[in-house]
Amino acid sequence: MYRNYTEYNFTCVYIYGCSESTVFQNMASNTQNVTPGTASVGIPGMSGLHDTPKADFSDKQTLLAVLQFLKKNNLKETENLLKREAGIKDDDVKPQSVTSTESDVSHALAAYKSSDDPSLYGDYYTDLKAFIESCLDVHKVELSTILYPVFVHMYLELVYNEHEKYAQSFFIKFHGDQEGYYQEDLKQLSTVTKKEHMKGNQLMENFKASKFTIKMSRDSYNHLKRHLQEKEMKPLLNIIQEHLFIDVFDGVPRNKQQIQSTSGAILGESEREANKAKVYYGLLKEPDINIPMEEEDEPPEGDDKPKKKKVKKDPLLMKKSKNDPNAPAITRIPLPELKDQDKMEKINAFREAMKRVKVGKDNLPSICFYTLTNSFQGVTCIEVTEDSSLLSAGFADSSIRVFTVSPNKLRGMKPPNELEIIDKEADDVLERMMDDRTSTDYKLLLGHSGPVYATSFSPDRRYLISASEDGTIRLWSLLLWSNLVCYKGHNFPVWDVKFSPHGHYFASCGHDRTARLWSMDHPQPLRVYSGHLSDVDTVQFHPNSNYLATGSTDRVIRIWDNLTGGCVRILTGHKGTVHVLSFSPDGRFLASSGADTNIFLWDIATGNLMACMKGHTETVYCLCFCRDGGVLASGGIDNSIRLWNIQKVLQDHDTESDANIPSTVNVNENPNLSLGVFPTKATPVLSVHFTRRNLLLASGPLQL
Amino acid sequence: MADKEHKEHKEQKIGSHLSGESVRVISESIGIVGLPDDAAGHLAEDCTYRLKQLIQESVKFMQHGKRRKLSTADFDNALRLKNIEPVYGFKDKDFIPFRYASGGGRELHFNEEKEFDLQEIINSSLPKIPLEVSLRAHWLSIEGIQPSIPENPPPATKDQQKSEILDTAVKTAIDKAPKVKPQTDNVKSKHRHKTADLAKIKELSTHELSVEQQLYYKEITEACVGPDEGRRSEALQSLASDPGLHQMLPRFSTFISEGVKINVVQNNLALLIYLMRMVKSLMDNQTLYLEKYLHELVPAVCTCIVSKQLCMRPDVDNHWALRDFAARLMAQICKNFSTNYQQYSGSDNKDVQSSITSR
Repeated sequence: MYRNYTEYNFTCVYIYGCSESTVFQNMASNTQNVTPGTASVGIPGMSGLHDTPKADFSDKQTLLAVLQFLKKNNLKETENLLKREAGIKDDDVKPQSVTSTESDVSHALAAYKSSDDPSLYGDYYTDLKAFIESCLDVHKVELSTILYPVFVHMYLELVYNEHEKYAQSFFIKFHGDQEGYYQEDLKQLSTVTKKEHMKGNQLMENFKASKFTIKMSRDSYNHLKRHLQEKEMKPLLNIIQEHLFIDVFDGVPRNKQQIQSTSGAILGESEREANKAKVYYGLLKEPDINIPMEEEDEPPEGDDKPKKKKVKKDPLLMKKSKNDPNAPAITRIPLPELKDQDKMEKINAFREAMKRVKVGKDNLPSICFYTLTNSFQGVTCIEVTEDSSLLSAGFADSSIRVFTVSPNKLRGMKPPNELEIIDKEADDVLERMMDDRTSTDYKLLLGHSGPVYATSFSPDRRYLISASEDGTIRLWSLLLWSNLVCYKGHNFPVWDVKFSPHGHYFASCGHDRTARLWSMDHPQPLRVYSGHLSDVDTVQFHPNSNYLATGSTDRVIRIWDNLTGGCVRILTGHKGTVHVLSFSPDGRFLASSGADTNIFLWDIATGNLMACMKGHTETVYCLCFCRDGGVLASGGIDNSIRLWNIQKVLQDHDTESDANIPSTVNVNENPNLSLGVFPTKATPVLSVHFTRRNLLLASGPLQL
Repeated sequence: MADKEHKEHKEQKIGSHLSGESVRVISESIGIVGLPDDAAGHLAEDCTYRLKQLIQESVKFMQHGKRRKLSTADFDNALRLKNIEPVYGFKDKDFIPFRYASGGGRELHFNEEKEFDLQEIINSSLPKIPLEVSLRAHWLSIEGIQPSIPENPPPATKDQQKSEILDTAVKTAIDKAPKVKPQTDNVKSKHRHKTADLAKIKELSTHELSVEQQLYYKEITEACVGPDEGRRSEALQSLASDPGLHQMLPRFSTFISEGVKINVVQNNLALLIYLMRMVKSLMDNQTLYLEKYLHELVPAVCTCIVSKQLCMRPDVDNHWALRDFAARLMAQICKNFSTNYQQYSGSDNKDVQSSITSR
């Protein structure tokens, strides 16, 4: 059982290095695009160095790095040329080379070096608090958001300079003031009492390597600036300059509710800049296969029905074939070509969709619950196919079981010698190649060597992909019922894996803080998304396959562009690990939830939080939109399923909000959004799934 | 409030520290004797930190295992994550059987290691193979209404039923909660509630049974007093175990009390026994809270204990069995409800006493 991770150490270091550099790049690119509305936090007049605009500073650093590289490789001429062109003098290069000989880590740590009197920190903090208390009410709430990062960095400074006693008393004195949702981090922080412990502590590294972001109105910001300049408290200034990024906006200060709704992530809120990129959230244009195929296909079904149906279908088809300005071009990312079978599948889906029941406030969906009994080994995940015919469950004993929930039994392919004698030209060749002797209600898949944390079916139901604690992702054939490929890349437990809605691609994420995009035919990932500051716990493909959403233990949701590999949205607001994400069927909205039990609804177009739905009492592990998007179902280990009225959220939504001015964004926290609670007897809900006809299937293991 | 949290936090921190002493004991157990105090202190602090880190990591495994309880396997996984060899021999899924001992002012938790006779294990028959995982489907909700079937939780929990006694608002909330309120024309059974007081309270809530419930009631009552013993035991089993009977409880209670009244007059021993068995089943049902119906049930049970004549031929028929059974029931009622209803045990005592002395 015992596996060794040492052989991977080299790669790990590489990955972390990579992630850090990405962070820096992001920061650099953000600062370069500084708009007039944004002010970097350098407080003028306090230190000469910070007078230079940030953008220039980081540019220069890049140049210096390039120069160093040239020097190292003895490319003198290029070096001189570059120097002349950029106007850099020799003495500029020198000091840089001295610092860069030190390792990155110690350099970053050194930022905490301070010779101030440790006993004064408490006073500084109390003073800052008193100042904020004395402010006008409108500013008070905004300004108080800086207390937490200041508290953390002050504590870390004390620990770094080995004032252990002071650090402890500082912590005990002030940690009660911090917001409830930071207590988890504070608990982690309190375990760090020695300088040596700071090395290798994830939370610590996050705090020192990146800046804590706070959005603030210009008035509040000026208020703070004036106060700090008057008082001249050096350590406080240092902390705010070195470790905080204040995103200043023009407008009215936000109120308490607005601030609370987006705070809570490890490193504060997202900058407004981060959510500016355009996201093509529309659905891909449907290929024009439906009409001719349907007419051929309909006669066997019934004699009098088809005519009626056609009338209904046409408007729907018209809608789909219209060009959506928000949809990406169908060739934006290469997608697999549709096979005959896929076309049949689409027609079936369409036919089923015609029989769809409308669900909403007045007609709640029926819920059919599948209970897994006798699962002594522990069920870790459950997944249902899009067409609701198969159900897979991953177990803690490394096994995967696939159950059929339709009348069709599960069959394997015939052995090769029997396959040879089949007529390959026959229409029903797919049926002929199956072996009836192997027909059972469920199949067992063995291969992993650790708990299976996620499984996902391919859209054509021929493959299953699974992720496990053993660090591997396995691709299983549902025709042979055996393992085909083992993808190695994550060196640590893989928490989640999902097939793209168009097949061929799949995405995974895990403890190594990365999410990866794979294609079935490559042993190596196509993209590695790094940027999360902690475990990435869940991934979800956008319905158009062009984007990937990830949720993490750093309490942030990110949306990545699969084409460019860049991060296009950073959504903050969760107060606990994000365990589940779900896109609305039209691709415009994203629902998320996790350990904090709140369910959030995000508008992808703007990156704004639209609604917060409270009700669950324990971690939420599954979310699903109904097929027309009006109702959201959620389930968790509090043994209940809840239904939420999304239609109402959209109706109430105020379209006047402007992402540039955070104080105009309002979150719908109406308690009437809940449509119903359906408790189970003793079964945690691990999966909810709406069938094509809007029947809700839920499942979980019976726990006695 | 903040102060209190503060204190708790502090206590937690102190409670979860490894002491230098334990480090010394551990070091001695692996053959390092005479560890200086300083070193032990430093090691203890470092160990505490590392342990906390490991526990933080193992919580992640618990979360992804979708459990509420941390297991030893989670900790093993966390160790493996940090490239440390897991601790073998603790693969217990439920709990680690630590034993506790104290003496000489010291407290000790230790892991009991029993000696096993291998020969015995080899010779003993193989344990049963655990049952295979299977999938079962049921309706959790049909168009927003949860059907009352054994797979679903009872519509009202015992606690809710209990609080409903004190607060009628809760009662109405319970009855309304699972369904969209049906149109009712208040077909309330007035005759059932004797005290005007109770009837007034009852007006707030509706007592309408669905067709299925009415059928169930009919079937059960018929089976309970019918001639078929097989059906009766099934019916009694259903009464004792089915959740969601609370809406029918007033009917059952009346059925029993009226039944006893009639059959005592007619000296029908068999039927009286059947009715008492119904009471017993209702008492056994974990999801029912009988307190509200004791005013009907207690007199009925009491009658079966003390009535002068319970059968046609007192010399031949075993009416003592019924008296005995009813008396046991009474004892159980007193035991279960004595805290809330002090007067019951008192007044009943008087009843029983008077009837015995009058004989």
